[in-house]
Amino acid sequence: MEIPYTISTRPDTGLWNAKIGIWLFLASEVMLFGGLFSAYVFLRLDAQPGEWPHGLLNVPVGTMNTAILIMSSVTVVLAWAALKMRRYRAYWWYMLATILCGVTFLFVKLYYEWPQKFEHYGIFLKPAALEKYEQYLGNSRRTEKGMEPRIEISGHLHNPEALKDPNIKEYEIGLDPVYVDPNNPANDRPHFLYVPPTDHVATIEKEDVQRIDTFGPWHSAYFASYFTITGLHGAHVLGGVIVFVYMWLPVSKRLYQRNPEHLANRVEVCGLFWHFVDLVWIFVFPLFYLL
Amino acid sequence: MDASTSIDTHHDPHAHAGEHEHHELGWWRKYIFSTDHKVIGIQYGICGLIFLFFGFCLMMLMRWQLAYPGQVLPVIGPIQSFLDQHQPAAGHFDPWFLPRAFLSPFTKGVMTSEGYNSLGAMHGTIMIFLGVVPVAFAAFGNFVVPLQIGAPDMTFPKVNAASFWAFGVGGVIMLTSFFVPGGAAKGGWTSYTPLSDISDKGPGFHPFLNGQTLWLLGFIFLITSSLLGAINFITTIIQLRAKGLTWMRLPFFVWAQFVTAFLLLLAFPPLEAAIVMQLMDRTAATSFFLPAGMIVNGAPLHISGGGSPLLWQHLFWFLGHPEVYVLILPAFGIVAEILANNSRKPLWGYKSLVFSVLVIGFLSFIVWAHHMWLTGMGSTVSAFFQTTTLLISIPSVIILSAFFISLWGGSIRFNVPMLWVTAFLPMFGIGGLTGIPLAFNSADLYLHDTYYVIAHFHYIVAPGTIFGLFAGVYYWYPKATGRMMNEFWGKVHFWPSLICMNVIFLPMFLQGMLGMHRRWYDGGQGWTLSGEHIWGLTGFQWNTPISWAAWIMGLAQIPFIINFFWSIKHGKKVNDNPWEATTLEWTAPSPPPHGNFVVTPVAYRGPYEYSLPGREKDFTMQNEPVESAERSRRAAEPMLVH
Amino acid sequence: MNNPPDIAQDPAEHEEYAHGVHQHVSRYLIVGAVLLFFTLLTVALSYVDFGGFFSWLFHVHISPKAGGKLNITVALIVAAFKVSLVALIFMHLAAEKRLIYRVLIFTGFFVLALFWLTYLAWYNPIVR
Repeated sequence: MEIPYTISTRPDTGLWNAKIGIWLFLASEVMLFGGLFSAYVFLRLDAQPGEWPHGLLNVPVGTMNTAILIMSSVTVVLAWAALKMRRYRAYWWYMLATILCGVTFLFVKLYYEWPQKFEHYGIFLKPAALEKYEQYLGNSRRTEKGMEPRIEISGHLHNPEALKDPNIKEYEIGLDPVYVDPNNPANDRPHFLYVPPTDHVATIEKEDVQRIDTFGPWHSAYFASYFTITGLHGAHVLGGVIVFVYMWLPVSKRLYQRNPEHLANRVEVCGLFWHFVDLVWIFVFPLFYLL
Repeated sequence: MDASTSIDTHHDPHAHAGEHEHHELGWWRKYIFSTDHKVIGIQYGICGLIFLFFGFCLMMLMRWQLAYPGQVLPVIGPIQSFLDQHQPAAGHFDPWFLPRAFLSPFTKGVMTSEGYNSLGAMHGTIMIFLGVVPVAFAAFGNFVVPLQIGAPDMTFPKVNAASFWAFGVGGVIMLTSFFVPGGAAKGGWTSYTPLSDISDKGPGFHPFLNGQTLWLLGFIFLITSSLLGAINFITTIIQLRAKGLTWMRLPFFVWAQFVTAFLLLLAFPPLEAAIVMQLMDRTAATSFFLPAGMIVNGAPLHISGGGSPLLWQHLFWFLGHPEVYVLILPAFGIVAEILANNSRKPLWGYKSLVFSVLVIGFLSFIVWAHHMWLTGMGSTVSAFFQTTTLLISIPSVIILSAFFISLWGGSIRFNVPMLWVTAFLPMFGIGGLTGIPLAFNSADLYLHDTYYVIAHFHYIVAPGTIFGLFAGVYYWYPKATGRMMNEFWGKVHFWPSLICMNVIFLPMFLQGMLGMHRRWYDGGQGWTLSGEHIWGLTGFQWNTPISWAAWIMGLAQIPFIINFFWSIKHGKKVNDNPWEATTLEWTAPSPPPHGNFVVTPVAYRGPYEYSLPGREKDFTMQNEPVESAERSRRAAEPMLVH
Repeated sequence: MNNPPDIAQDPAEHEEYAHGVHQHVSRYLIVGAVLLFFTLLTVALSYVDFGGFFSWLFHVHISPKAGGKLNITVALIVAAFKVSLVALIFMHLAAEKRLIYRVLIFTGFFVLALFWLTYLAWYNPIVR
């Protein structure tokens, strides 16, 4: 029993089945990421002054990852085109390129970007204590200029044992550059290049600390959104890579020899999914890294 | 085609004998991991009906607490006292750990308040997502739609199988949640945050083995199942319609399933996003829905804050509202088919019906905040949602009116499916009309979260949709099995169900108007106004007849269950078209073989050509060609049929 | 190169079809380059102080908050442009059938309704 219109198009719609299927699936994915983005908007609007941070993510690395994903979109559509032109070898190389781009993207995220966050500490200060640390925060100047106050001090924790030991009464933080020179206008906006925490150590009393934790999803609504959206996006990238690997293995050559148009259709369908994943990232990147 | 081979009581009354297929499938591939839409439809149907019964049982337990608050339950009480007497020694394995865990809603045979909440939350969740949606959409849709459009199967049979098994996994996870420490989810089927975020947290909390987290995880699988199913339905209806079966010749059932599929496709994902976020809140210490400064059990929560409980409500109800249309539209479809068939005349207002169902589908996405009237919304946004909510009542009324008008002048046959359908009409009418006060922010300020709301939506889903589903079971049973269900026992199933439904839910409107809250576990005993009399009994006293009606209704389902399974082997054998219906599924053998049709059907006419003038029979099937004499007669009378 | 044997039914027709696809290849490469350029542009523009720039240009005071909103607007416009390129060219939407458009238009409407109505509910409470 053959299901009609798997490869050939139905005359009145002009479409084959999986084409409609994948677009319907992508419509549901639009709603899924739409739900997550609307959560982003809601949480950002609700944030108190100073709560929504800027410049905490590595922009050059993020830009590179964006470029990698865009390139993979190009290679996957070229892979499809190669199949349509019945050039299997070209298809094979383009598909490999796509897979490698996808893997690189995940690698950068999972082995560099995310782990780096889990070693970076942020200390939210109690509102009453903000004045005491004015030398690091520069809030009087900021309030004068109409900018949001800084309510957090971040950097590298030199004495992590202080987290568990109640006898240690203060935290030693190797400050991020912006807190070393908070009144410098150059530090009003985030810098392009990432500079790691300095060796300038500040001592923060535990009694002034509202909360201290790493830049994980638990740290703030910003990081909760960041990790959830990039995590779900990453899961989609992984899923796409797995499917592409299947399309690239020798089993695909057998399908190509039996019915090249069928394989071309399958690659097109997966390519559409991949373009959508790229599309989501095009929104994620500015919303989290740049704004 | 020969009748079925020996049939298991579980599924697949398929006819395979006499056909030598080149791919002879093993038993597991044929009956369990099948990709055939009919098998999958029956799998969904049986699982769904079992879940419906289970959810019903949960409600029957709750009704005891409401009628006799604080009293020891029958059956449960003795079992629990036995378990209490057989506690394991410290460190020893407990052979009774499963029933002991399952009875966690009770202490010494009496229902606890958390237990009541747990039963309530799971009753709602199971009935809607494991019961009605799988039966109404997945079971009936899967079985009937390809047959009604003349297709050999769905466009994506393997995806169809994946969809069923995702549902299965989701269902298993939901059931597992009853056995974990703390019991099943107890934050309501709506899982409102921040309560659901912090459910069960405290000493002994396990991030994954607890009711609420398992509820969330199970839900992800259920949503996946629905999304895959929706994709399949939409693509199939668009691509696999038989030759000559134009859009305006589709049976209304197919239109209803088509719109339902779109609702599921586009409305579920934001809830999935919200569920992922709630999972993160529960397992990764995020604060999507937790505001700053929360105090729980006297101590401040160690969270980042910055979250919003309202965010959950928006994302939940964005699905929640289209979901209720998912619950009713398939039933509209079933009712349409059976009504036309048993009044022996075409449906009145086919174009209006199609237009109405499309408008309902569209509007259902922009009415959701009428579930949130009490969240402090301003007048602008409130006015918007009140307007859209009132607007959406119009197409519903059009559909119901079209059904009523369709009866006029018909030769009505009151067989068992038609009994259910006839009851559906006024029952849905009551449900729909009682929703109108709730559409007004001002009236809902009082009625929100009272028994009025429970009565309203139960009238729609219980004597509404579920009656439609029962009608569909009796109606399409001969197509699936080649045998009829017993008519007498069908009536024994019907009449008590109808009467009990009304005894259960009609007084609830009054209880609600007294102000009885819907989630009190003491049945309103502690609420002053529950001591007010309405129709001779106090608000609280009404709980007793309501509960008894519920238990009697449970008994009334037993003939159905027996009839369903008994008739597979012993029901009256019938031919392909025992109801003398016109739609394409009745041209296939009963039960249809793999591939459905011996000859691929071609449609020449509309779906409801009953009682055509000048014809011998009072029905003309869709695949009967139009003769030249008839063609000229139709040209002369353009209003006859499309 | 070792291409597998061509099994098209009609070699001439397939040759013409393959040539048509070949023309599209250059289009894909150009669009890819444009996207990369616009990515760099997005990053560069995010460091431009639009608030300050428009303050200077129109001699009005634009607060840092409003300036931030301008930056967001600019970034989203650029992102929307990039997304359209991906959708129309890579995903072949420009040449796609009516049915797909209808599905996507409804989806677009509903996702915008989700955004807009949720924002409206946030913007318009009884008290703040």
